Amino acid sequence: MEGIIVGLSVFVLASFVGFEVINKVPPTLHTPLMSGANAISGIAVIGALIVAGPHDWNVAVVLGFIAIILATINVVGGFLVTDRMLQMFKKKEVKA
Amino acid sequence: MTDFLPTAIQVVYLVAASLFIVGLKNLGSPATARKGNTLASVGMLLAVVVTLLDRSVLNYQLILLGLAIGSGIGAVAAYKVAMTDMPQMVGLLNGLGGAASALVAVGEFWRLRGTGDIPVDAIITMILGVLIGGVTLTGSLMAFAKLQGLISGSPITFPFQQGLNALLLIGFLIGSGYLFVAPENSIIFLGLVSVSLLLGVLVVLPIGGADMPVVISLLNSLSGIAASAAGFVVMNNMLIIAGALVGASGLILTQIMCKGMNRTLSSVLFSAFGSTNLTGGGPNVTATDKAVRTLDAEEGAMMLGYARSVVIVPGYGMAVAQAQHTIRELADQLERLGVDVKYAIHPVAGRMPGHMNVLLAEANVPYPQLYDMDDVNPEFERTDVALVVGANDVVNPAARHDTTSPVYGMPILEVDKAHNTIVIKRSLNPGFAGIDNELFYKAKTVMMFGGARDVVAKLVAEVKQL
Repeated sequence: MEGIIVGLSVFVLASFVGFEVINKVPPTLHTPLMSGANAISGIAVIGALIVAGPHDWNVAVVLGFIAIILATINVVGGFLVTDRMLQMFKKKEVKA
Repeated sequence: MTDFLPTAIQVVYLVAASLFIVGLKNLGSPATARKGNTLASVGMLLAVVVTLLDRSVLNYQLILLGLAIGSGIGAVAAYKVAMTDMPQMVGLLNGLGGAASALVAVGEFWRLRGTGDIPVDAIITMILGVLIGGVTLTGSLMAFAKLQGLISGSPITFPFQQGLNALLLIGFLIGSGYLFVAPENSIIFLGLVSVSLLLGVLVVLPIGGADMPVVISLLNSLSGIAASAAGFVVMNNMLIIAGALVGASGLILTQIMCKGMNRTLSSVLFSAFGSTNLTGGGPNVTATDKAVRTLDAEEGAMMLGYARSVVIVPGYGMAVAQAQHTIRELADQLERLGVDVKYAIHPVAGRMPGHMNVLLAEANVPYPQLYDMDDVNPEFERTDVALVVGANDVVNPAARHDTTSPVYGMPILEVDKAHNTIVIKRSLNPGFAGIDNELFYKAKTVMMFGGARDVVAKLVAEVKQL
């Protein structure tokens, strides 16, 4: 149970950090912020790595393997598409 | 030295978490946004690489294969996706994150079941992980299907919908309780998984297209919380921190979107927008009993070309017709004639937060020409022509005065205050909210019917001849 309490403290404090850090975002950045944050939520890949870690074949490892694929799509797709969007904003600022 | 590696891993996690925080902070400002995204991705890379050094991670071939497949698919998707399809893309990615988190919880359940000893706190975290991850997965898939047009974007309701949801939730709670008594019972556990997946579908099903910005940001937040839940399952602070950050940022966006529609989150989730509003005879009857003035491209071009100021109001119709480039062309032509051109962006125009901004950025519209609702509304009185392209509910004047209208109280772009209003729309059919728009019947309003891109292209051709 102690683990849960420690985790909960970390969770609550990190949430407050999140609220503070992102409190004022201009509408132009709403989509990139969302897709960038979305890519970060692919951090579940770490959990997937741990679950798929043992060197044998069982249900857990297979599920972990699938989770790795899905989370990696989330991470790579999310960061790249965000960069693609922000690149457009950049190009336009130079022009303006 | 035996515990050097675990300590080093934790330190690197801390660095990665800091990079996420700094990255998110930078994502909040246009000048630093790109750097912020890069910082966050470096944090992610660090976290993944250092996890591979963990002593319990041995399955390298399989893991690298998974990472390679995922990276390949992700990269191709990111470069292939059209900017107009961005809401679907974000929706789908949210779902994948949720799926991964749920799978981590399910996988951990199977691992612990194999050892024959499942501690109570593990049960709690696995149940939460499955519930949040599952709802995020199927909720996002439903949002994706609606945005992609695979299923109807309008609210889908059936009798006792809320009752069914409540029943499922109660069932979930009972099942969870039973799992504490019989932790090895995989049937019950799979039952909980199924109920979570079903709940996600049922929650998003009754939500209409116009509410999508709220739903997408909420699912974004949920995908973060799901990652946190997965962090509780494998007891990893890195996941908990990153998930909480995403949860917070998604919640902030959700709040902004709700404010943009003047609706509470619970009303978005639990009462299908416009479904209570029965328009009686439907759009065809309302179209015939009220007069609408239409305009051809030549007259439209004259009106725009000889105006001093034009405010363009884009909506979801622009995204559907992919008209952003043509609109930019029209704006260029008008500026050539000395017309002052601005763009007015409603916070919930389109299907996700910032949807219009992304599309106009793709078309190279200069950033200073985009105006937020609060800045541009006082300008309309001095504007010669407001050009509404595929927007509907966000310009409905009924929001100001008609207390019976479902949009009543929603902040709108006050295009009816401009000297003239041109509305480009495919037909008189009501928007996603399913309500008639009195703007179309006003004396100062003229309609141009057709797909946004065709109509604007005709306008461009005519303006060129002025």
